[in-house]
Amino acid sequence: SHANFQCNKVICWRATASIAWAVLLLPPTTAVFVILSRFSIFHPMQWLSECLSLLLSINAIFSLILLSGVIIMVGFLNLEYYTVIPTIACSKIALLGQLLHPRQFFSSLVHGVMGMVVGWCCAVTVGGRYETLGYSCQQSDDGGPSQMCLNEYHLFLLLSGVFMGFSHSLLGVIHNMNYVPFHTIQQYKYLRFKESIPLVVKCSASQALYSMRNFIVLYFFLGHIPKGWICQTLQLEVDRSAHALDTVGGLLDLSLLYHTWISGTFLLFTWYTTLQLFRIFVTEVSFPVQSSFTDNAHQCLAKVIAEKQPIILKFLALQDLALLSQHSPLRRAEVFSLSQPGGHPHNWIAVSKECLSLLSDLTQRLVTYHDTVATNGRAKSLSTGSERKNSCLGVCPLHHRRRLLQPLTAPFTPDLDSPFSSPALRRLTAPVEQCSPWHGTVQSPHIARRGHKLWSTSAGEQQIESTAPLAPRMTSFFVFNVQLPEASSQALFADSQAHIWALEGLSYLVQASFTEDQFGVVQTTLPSILSSMLVLQEAVDRHFKLPHASSKPVRCSSTMGDCSYKTLRFALRAALKTALYRITTTFGEHLNAVQLSSEHRKKLQHFLEYKE
Amino acid sequence: MCSLALFPPPLPSGNTTLCESNNELLSGLNGEDTFQVTGHDVNYIILPFHHYWHDFLHFGGYHSCHNLWLACFVESGNTHLLACMCVHHFLLLIDSEDMIAEFSQVLNWPDCVVRAFAWHPHTDKFAVALLDDSIKIYNPKSATTPTLKHRLQRNVAALQWKPLCASGLAVACQSCILVWHVDPCSLSTRPSSGCAQVLSHPGHSPVTSISWSPSGSLLVSASPMDTAMMVWDVAAENCVPLQRVGGGGVTLLSWSPDGSHVLASTPSALFRVWETRMWTCERWPCIKGRCQSGCWSPDGSRLLFSVQGESVIYALTFTATPGFGPQAASVVADLSETTFNAQNGDIVVGGEIQNLAWDPKGERLAVLLKGRVCSFLFSAVWISLLFRTRTSPIFELLPCGFVQGESGDEPRLIQFHPNFQQGALLTVCWSSGKISHVPFYFLSARVPHFGFNGSPLPRPQERFNDFANQSLYTEMLS
Repeated sequence: SHANFQCNKVICWRATASIAWAVLLLPPTTAVFVILSRFSIFHPMQWLSECLSLLLSINAIFSLILLSGVIIMVGFLNLEYYTVIPTIACSKIALLGQLLHPRQFFSSLVHGVMGMVVGWCCAVTVGGRYETLGYSCQQSDDGGPSQMCLNEYHLFLLLSGVFMGFSHSLLGVIHNMNYVPFHTIQQYKYLRFKESIPLVVKCSASQALYSMRNFIVLYFFLGHIPKGWICQTLQLEVDRSAHALDTVGGLLDLSLLYHTWISGTFLLFTWYTTLQLFRIFVTEVSFPVQSSFTDNAHQCLAKVIAEKQPIILKFLALQDLALLSQHSPLRRAEVFSLSQPGGHPHNWIAVSKECLSLLSDLTQRLVTYHDTVATNGRAKSLSTGSERKNSCLGVCPLHHRRRLLQPLTAPFTPDLDSPFSSPALRRLTAPVEQCSPWHGTVQSPHIARRGHKLWSTSAGEQQIESTAPLAPRMTSFFVFNVQLPEASSQALFADSQAHIWALEGLSYLVQASFTEDQFGVVQTTLPSILSSMLVLQEAVDRHFKLPHASSKPVRCSSTMGDCSYKTLRFALRAALKTALYRITTTFGEHLNAVQLSSEHRKKLQHFLEYKE
Repeated sequence: MCSLALFPPPLPSGNTTLCESNNELLSGLNGEDTFQVTGHDVNYIILPFHHYWHDFLHFGGYHSCHNLWLACFVESGNTHLLACMCVHHFLLLIDSEDMIAEFSQVLNWPDCVVRAFAWHPHTDKFAVALLDDSIKIYNPKSATTPTLKHRLQRNVAALQWKPLCASGLAVACQSCILVWHVDPCSLSTRPSSGCAQVLSHPGHSPVTSISWSPSGSLLVSASPMDTAMMVWDVAAENCVPLQRVGGGGVTLLSWSPDGSHVLASTPSALFRVWETRMWTCERWPCIKGRCQSGCWSPDGSRLLFSVQGESVIYALTFTATPGFGPQAASVVADLSETTFNAQNGDIVVGGEIQNLAWDPKGERLAVLLKGRVCSFLFSAVWISLLFRTRTSPIFELLPCGFVQGESGDEPRLIQFHPNFQQGALLTVCWSSGKISHVPFYFLSARVPHFGFNGSPLPRPQERFNDFANQSLYTEMLS
């Protein structure tokens, strides 16, 4: 039912296609893995013939089927957990909450199991001493009855698979790997994938190396626990003549390290490839041309853009709007056209209304946040600082609001009903429920704030009552609850890609209207477009004067987790300025004829003189 | 076919080109005072160059410059008063950064005082990168000239202002790209290095060419050492590498004014033209050498380029329909050596092309030739006329003349002002460190799409009958 809820037909189809491609890519990847894992420089002919015979064996085919199952599962989890609005943890406790969230825990568990399956396949494929879990050994020197002994090498690969899968899942939360970024430029899927392969290889190799290091440390200290447990449950003996692997000597086996690393790389590569394919497929823009007469009228841009469900479709529609307004005169003409009976510019009204409501939504969010920060000094003493902490903003960002509509796109927002969530967590997220979902109708910031304050004071009292006897826990909580710098600013702009497209789309359409708009449909909305942009500009400028807002985030090294969301606020600021300049440069002095307040006119004059 | 022989002969030594009016290049002797030019529909008073020579100042090993910018575009009724001159004078520091020198659009980049120059796309300010790695910004409306210095700002190969922005200036440096944000209202003369954004990518250095998209949202950068060309989302500081097999690096980038194509030349005899919708590219192998320089027509439909080792200008025409692109480039002008008979001996002009510049109205083309051929006459800038009639959009190339500087001066860098209302304004950087602005007054044959100051210009009076039988190249003939 979850899947049905979130999965629009289009998105599901795209996800399926991406999974199919990932499965198709599996045989060549496996072949490369086999060749690399059996590498022997002294017997090249033997090496190649061995690889060939192995690839054609029943074992390999069975492994491939298993691996395909794993890929399908990974693809399904990608679809289930993806989000276009990143979840930004504003404090360490929030991050911990994300990691311990049952839904996330389930995902980690599944990843661990799948990691073990991949580990088993790797062990079988590499063969030799890794092939089976048990082997017959002679325990005593005097040639007594042979027993089944535990093959620790096999176990080592299995456990490393579990560890890699588990750590992959946890790192995914920390690096927001479920965030689907939209590409800066449009490219064909094949080219995009081809160009991302080097990055995927690099990331999987380096990540496998790090994970292996951690795993070795873990195995060195705790390796005897799983070993003993397996021996006990499967009635296996420990071969005393063989080297134990949880010793320094056992772990310094270069061949073992190489095979562990290459298996880890193989595991991560297949999973990253699946993720990358999913991202590429799902963000592809191919929107139906809008027309109100076709059967799929519900798919036309003006309709989709105004819908709230699912959010990725809205994003795709906005991206499409930004592209069509820039590149396609024919589709622009459709936006500017009048409806046949009646002569109403329905398309333009729908598009501009939605874009303007997005902009005013952001403006209000910024204003409310600014007010909260400004009044924070006074409010703090009153409500024990809880007000500031809750959801790290005074306002509800979209990814929190979305929970009302779409519980599944926000996998890592703590679930309040779960037994795992602490009162602190509940306090962090609860106010969110009161905010209006993202919505065309705009709530006044005052109302939003009032509602919010009402809640926070009462909850704050409850909080004090409930935690009073637990003073030590409280102190540790506050240590953890230190806000991560600039995280609140990042969270505020988490969905700003939508606003950037709205700004681009609007400004390009207005620019084009100078020559292309035959009926003057844009003229009627030009004052409100200009004023909402100028108001937003003011709010953004004010926001950037806050501490931490203009500090640059650390440049993220090349990881699979895209961190472009960290710089969205800068992108929004630049896009807003460019949009205003685009309009002023096009219209020039004609803008003096537009009805505007004197304050806005003054600001516009700055833009006309290139002084902003 | 067409050649330089159709050109009017270069001016005798000691004369400098001042401007163009009524389809005639006017010149004056050094130190002459004022010209009064009266045409049919324009009336200009032109003050010739004022030279202000200044002593150099020495700061910690650097030879810093002292300079003066005197410019005013005063419009009073029908009279345009133009007096502009900027003088820089330096000691030359020989710095061999061979790579950048090889691929720079500037002639003799290592010893050139002005290493890069960029007009602001919307206002009358410009930025100059100097030999000492500093950048100065001159604004006629402001008394301050900010000097930009950054520890990473070394060996500046190119400069470009961000379109649709008042303050963004991208600088191609040895190791990275710097994007300066210089507040136009600020009175500070030394903006801190905090105003600069550093864009770098491993393996992507030295950066020899950068180009902003006309919409101001993306920046492309190229390095001859990197086979990938980078597309930057500057505000978000992330980049997309675009890689193709062959060529071995990217040396020159030029985004077409309509934003639809990007020219990317490589160090080998191959260049690519990218379309910016889906970022696919066309390969254009050259026969002889690499593409040295290229420029786009204002509507982005035509690309003129020159090839290293050849003295020919080629043209490519692009159409909006994909798949029906050009099959081969056509030769539109041959600039091989030609001898002019002058009073005091023969003058040889012509040779390899260093740089091409097409004015934003699409009516003047400036060509900078490599200095080898020039005897003593500095006549390396060649201007040809481009007429484009509105009714029949055919491509014509007509001769105009030579732009000359003072004796001993060689032109090193040419660029057109992006929105000079009365015609075209060519900026030439000379080997002496002088920057001169040469106005060409004409009425545009095309009504501009978007008048920057509102109303479109009046219809032109077409007066080019004299040249009808002199055209170097017409599409009709070829």
